[in-house]
Amino acid sequence: MSERHFVPKTDVEYTKADFTSDQMVKWCPGCGDHAILSSLLNTFPKTHTKKENVVMVSGIGCSSRIPYYVDTYGFHSIHGRACAIATGVKLANPALSVWVNMGDGDSMAIGGNHLIHAIRRNQDLNITIFNNEIYGLTKGQYSPTTKFGQVTKTSPYGTIDYPFNPGELVMGAQGTFFARTLDCVPALTTDVMTRAAQHDGASVVEVLQNCMIFNDKTHAAITDRAVRDDRTIVLEHGKPMIYGKEKNKGLRFNGRQLESVTIGENGITIDDIMIHDETIEDTGIHMMLAHMGGDLPVALGVIRNVKKTSYTQLYEDQMDEQMANGKYKCVDDLLNSGDTWEV
Amino acid sequence: MSENQIVNKDDLVIRFAGDSGDGMQLSGTLFSDASALTGNDIATFPDYPAEIRAPHNTVAGVSGYQVHVGSHIYSSGDKCDILVAMNPASFKSQLKWAKKGATVIVDMDTFTDEAIEKAGYKENPFNDELERAYTIVRAPITSFTAKIGEAQGADKKTTEKCRNMFALGMIFFLTHKTLEKTFAYLERKFAKKPDVVKLNKAVLTEGYEYADKLELIHSKIVEVAHAEMPSGRYRNITGNVATAWGLLAASERSGRRLFLGSYPITPATDVMVELAKHKSLGARVFQAEDEIAGICSAIGASFAGALACTSTSGPGLSLKSEALGLAVMVELPLVVVDVQRGGPSTGLPTKTEQSDLAQALYGRNGEAPLIVVAASSSANCFYWAYTAAKLALEHMTPVILLTDGYLGNGSQLFRIPKVADLPAITPRLAKPNDPNYRPFRRDPETYAREWALPGMEGLRHRVGGLEKCPDGPLSTDPENHALMTKNRQEKVDRVANYIPDQEVTGNPDADLLVVGWGGTSGALTLAVEEMNNEGKKVAYTHFNYICPLPKNTGDILRKYKKIVVCELNNGQFAGYLRTKFPECPMHQYNKIMGLPFEVGELKECFNKLLSE
Repeated sequence: MSERHFVPKTDVEYTKADFTSDQMVKWCPGCGDHAILSSLLNTFPKTHTKKENVVMVSGIGCSSRIPYYVDTYGFHSIHGRACAIATGVKLANPALSVWVNMGDGDSMAIGGNHLIHAIRRNQDLNITIFNNEIYGLTKGQYSPTTKFGQVTKTSPYGTIDYPFNPGELVMGAQGTFFARTLDCVPALTTDVMTRAAQHDGASVVEVLQNCMIFNDKTHAAITDRAVRDDRTIVLEHGKPMIYGKEKNKGLRFNGRQLESVTIGENGITIDDIMIHDETIEDTGIHMMLAHMGGDLPVALGVIRNVKKTSYTQLYEDQMDEQMANGKYKCVDDLLNSGDTWEV
Repeated sequence: MSENQIVNKDDLVIRFAGDSGDGMQLSGTLFSDASALTGNDIATFPDYPAEIRAPHNTVAGVSGYQVHVGSHIYSSGDKCDILVAMNPASFKSQLKWAKKGATVIVDMDTFTDEAIEKAGYKENPFNDELERAYTIVRAPITSFTAKIGEAQGADKKTTEKCRNMFALGMIFFLTHKTLEKTFAYLERKFAKKPDVVKLNKAVLTEGYEYADKLELIHSKIVEVAHAEMPSGRYRNITGNVATAWGLLAASERSGRRLFLGSYPITPATDVMVELAKHKSLGARVFQAEDEIAGICSAIGASFAGALACTSTSGPGLSLKSEALGLAVMVELPLVVVDVQRGGPSTGLPTKTEQSDLAQALYGRNGEAPLIVVAASSSANCFYWAYTAAKLALEHMTPVILLTDGYLGNGSQLFRIPKVADLPAITPRLAKPNDPNYRPFRRDPETYAREWALPGMEGLRHRVGGLEKCPDGPLSTDPENHALMTKNRQEKVDRVANYIPDQEVTGNPDADLLVVGWGGTSGALTLAVEEMNNEGKKVAYTHFNYICPLPKNTGDILRKYKKIVVCELNNGQFAGYLRTKFPECPMHQYNKIMGLPFEVGELKECFNKLLSE
């Protein structure tokens, strides 16, 4: 099956300002959403898509206000349903570049079903999940990604809910693209968003985002400058999985699980370190990478990027085939088909 | 056969009943198709259980199919003149649908002690009293079919599947029809299985000849009068298929791509099944992960410029409520087809009812008006689907089309229109680069906003569930909310300026006005017609436009001393009319049994009201 691209490219050289709307941004000062918006606005010019062909679809929550701040077509919909609405937009007009923005509660609690099915179908959507591990707009209730045991307004004695890891959901739903980034590293965010836009099929970018009002510093254990290099690893396709302030730590598979090793200790050399391959079809290694945390660094960058014919292409191929060779050319043909008789 | 006495009748009702899987729906369809092709008017009504294959030989597993043929058919008929019962369970459960004196054909081979007991009888059901009340034909259907199968070397399973053909052959004899049309169907259907064609034809013929030899029924042969219908090209069509085709026609006429986002649900599924076949006509069908995604994908498709639709039934409409509110708020065109069934909750999935009216009118948070229309026959589902699409596209609003299980699964003759002859549809598309475009700028006449599609230059804008001001941005200003709420209501109210006046049929000078809406028009029309023929004065008005109502509705209601609102629910339309016209006292006739109205019960009610 030959690969088709449905979103036309433009030669117009856009800048960030071309995608910035005239609406006042109303997020709290210091919210991670500001940085994500900025990264997103920097992404659009890199995709060479005509701005009229960009559609932003969001659900409900702080992050879902984003369509108002982007000067494209936008749809700020209802809680949890952004993926379903975006699916309809793309099916009705595959020439549109469709972006979905949701928070953790929006995408994985009320909208969990739509998220996994959009991923399973590999519908060509660019999905960004702003993960601040809390319901912010309703002022601080635990979400499906809140850390186990955390005290929130609705868990005064600590949550007894085991959290989702969005990456694992993506892999479980046979996702073809998953990347993770931090709100405080805008260059990386723009980079993975650009890669997501280039991917034909459902792409999911998880942004670990700080809500300074209701869940401040929830990601601090990995995002603080003092620890970030040792607590995270930025994966790059074809390169060894090395991290740490000294760039001397690496990941290897010990036959049972991933482990962190130090180059130069216990006879470990660079050759022992795993090379990242984002294109492996099997989800095994990618699932392990997405799962990392605790003693292992949290994986950032593009973790999975697999080629698989998108729902958009499969749909359009069938449409084109039937439009060209189908039995009926117009509705009159259909009305008069089969058993009919004259009175 | 020439010696047989043939009775001429205006109409005839036949009910085929058997175990689910006995092929009763097929027998019924073949008979109705053959009747239509030979000049009868027809209406059909499948009455099947919610289970696909309930335990063999139990009452729970009985599947029925009623066919009404004649010269001028409004409904699938009340009780039947001929009942086919393929086993004791169907005999037990369906005999109540047979007229006194009806011909009842049973497969006597199935009346074993075990099957009789399984059907819930204490003893063999046949007795003198029954024999006096009905002409009971005990036909050896299973054994005769088996003999033919054996002779042709067919396997047991294939042979058993042909039993329905034996019964059908008998019916063709009893209705003085020939077998050619059905032969032709079998040849088409099993073109690649000549053995199956041969076997079915032989069994069909055997049934016919068996009946011919049976003196018992020679006085029962009926020649049904041919239909007198307006000239034109005709076909048989079910309501669900007609709905799907109406949407296709609206898509072609409006130049908007057709999108249907739906989730399987009885009895609406066939709308999606039908449209899924027609990619060649541009139908973009999306089977969503749930009802909510069905309507949400449609709203997304509408935002992107499609004639967007979703089809569902009662509980599915409940799930779509929040998204319907969104469609009202963003003022996008959307057609929601609700094929009503018995409720609440899962209710009676395979039975008909009109009990989603209140949900269609009011089932959303906030002030959320939308257009509600209802189809009133299987065939006119085509026109009401078309009209729903036209109103949605021209008035920029969601429209709920109410049909029901009776219309959706039932079939009727359909006079085939030319798409070019259907009313024009003019979507309210914005002009690219229009410097004056504002998302909620309204047409001064209709109050509809303009539709600016992603991809159009110079019209970038944002919509959403939050209240907006006319220029587009968010607004929580109190006056603005009041204005936008009023404008959304005004837009729907003004649709009344674009729909025809309500009509009164029957005897307009009567004292009694019968009011109906939606899928009940067949039985109501016939009941009113018969009453007037009997010298009683009855007027009748039937509503298809539910919200808004036609402008002259009040004038009509105020004219009559007595009004009776008849509906298959507990009085939802009556309640709606009372809020609009509190000055008009209304009686109600309600039926909540999962079944359509019968002419007899309606006449009884009207006679009682006339005598009061």
